[in-house]
Amino acid sequence: MTRLVYFSSVSGNTRRFVEKLGRPADRIPLYARDEPLRVTEPYVLVVPTYGGGNGEGAVPKQVIRFLNDEVNRSLIRGVIGAGNTNFGDAFCLAGDIISAKCRVPHMYKVEVFGTQDDVTIVNEGLDSLWQ
Amino acid sequence: MTLLDKVNSAQHDPAHGGKVKLVSSVNAINWNRIQDEKDVEVWNRLVNNFWLPEKVPLSNDVQSWNTLTPEEQQLTMRVFTGLTLLDTIQGTVGAISLIPDALTPHEEAVYTNIAFMESVHAKSYSQIFSTLASTPEIDDAFRWSVENPNLQRKAEIVLGYYHGNDPLKRKVASTLLESFLFYSGFYLPMYWSSRAKLTNTADLIRLIIRDEAVHGYYIGYKFQRALEKESPERREEIKNYTFDLLYELYENEVQYTQDLYDEVGLTEDVKKFLHYNANKALMNLGYEAMFPSAVTDVNPAILSALSPNADENHDFFSGSGSSYVIGKAEMTEDEDWDF
Repeated sequence: MTRLVYFSSVSGNTRRFVEKLGRPADRIPLYARDEPLRVTEPYVLVVPTYGGGNGEGAVPKQVIRFLNDEVNRSLIRGVIGAGNTNFGDAFCLAGDIISAKCRVPHMYKVEVFGTQDDVTIVNEGLDSLWQ
Repeated sequence: MTLLDKVNSAQHDPAHGGKVKLVSSVNAINWNRIQDEKDVEVWNRLVNNFWLPEKVPLSNDVQSWNTLTPEEQQLTMRVFTGLTLLDTIQGTVGAISLIPDALTPHEEAVYTNIAFMESVHAKSYSQIFSTLASTPEIDDAFRWSVENPNLQRKAEIVLGYYHGNDPLKRKVASTLLESFLFYSGFYLPMYWSSRAKLTNTADLIRLIIRDEAVHGYYIGYKFQRALEKESPERREEIKNYTFDLLYELYENEVQYTQDLYDEVGLTEDVKKFLHYNANKALMNLGYEAMFPSAVTDVNPAILSALSPNADENHDFFSGSGSSYVIGKAEMTEDEDWDF
């Protein structure tokens, strides 16, 4: 079963999507004072992008901190973006940036916290990749 | 009642002693003591997104405008006066009405930013009009906006809740306006853009859409935080109210869409766009999507006009799941992540 690692702000939309998937998942801590997350198994990263700003700051600082850990970076196998098409160019931009930097596929894009269809497609997709 | 009458009547609502309710007490706002980090995050996002219509080279659309038929031009003008009305409501009444309900002083400040940007949006349609159309055409379109019963009804429904005494219902009405009611109008410039028409106007509209998306996200977030503190009965009441209001607005919106788009044969396509955005409006409020995927399959050309990378890689799982070789992530240096 593919593990997920996710970042979710206090609004909790991405957390909600991850909970709907019902897979083992670790949350990247929100605050610098929290113990950093260190993973030991391959994982798919779920990361949101909220709103424009010409691409600056699209990847949350907490996610940068997580990926700056070499072990964490070596275990990423894919990224799933969350956001809203109404953000235009910035729709799921953090997923695009991470996908390019880490050379892993941007597997899927969901809006807000995803529909039931998104849950089905992502779960089937993850299952078929890691049988 | 004209547009101005409506705004005036909201400002002089007797329920609030003849005035829009104001916060009862104010302390000096301290941005070094933050109760909700989302306030700072959204404030920064809004400030970074700030724009003005004067910076968009709308005059480059004059030639393209002249390729539209008179009916298409009239439709475009009407759509934009409808959007002007909604932005006027949101800037003058909607965002302001949320200030007294704010939980933190920083939330109040964010609403003042939202209110100002709504006024920028309302003004930017006039910028489009003055660039593309003649004064009589502009006056005709504004007259239509006053006389169209479905547009006026839409304004009435939302204004009714802004007047009311329930802070949660105000936030629901506001989020549905920001995340749902604009989209029968936003459809058209995206449609023109997908046909390489009025592309500079579309650039401006995309800036408005982006702002509205942040507004809907933020107001919806504040709604959910407030709802968490309520009793289960009250939460049930608000949920029922939200879906009732959405249905009421939806029925009216379908008629409004028919008034505008039947003549050019786009009504069914616009309705899918409405369903798609209604789902996101509900999700902004924390509720599950209501319209099934069979009626939210928005024309891909419209989606890609909205967000150029909306459908890229979307089929990774279905398209290449079996042939994709799982690669090892390439090492990156810390400075690569220095954004």
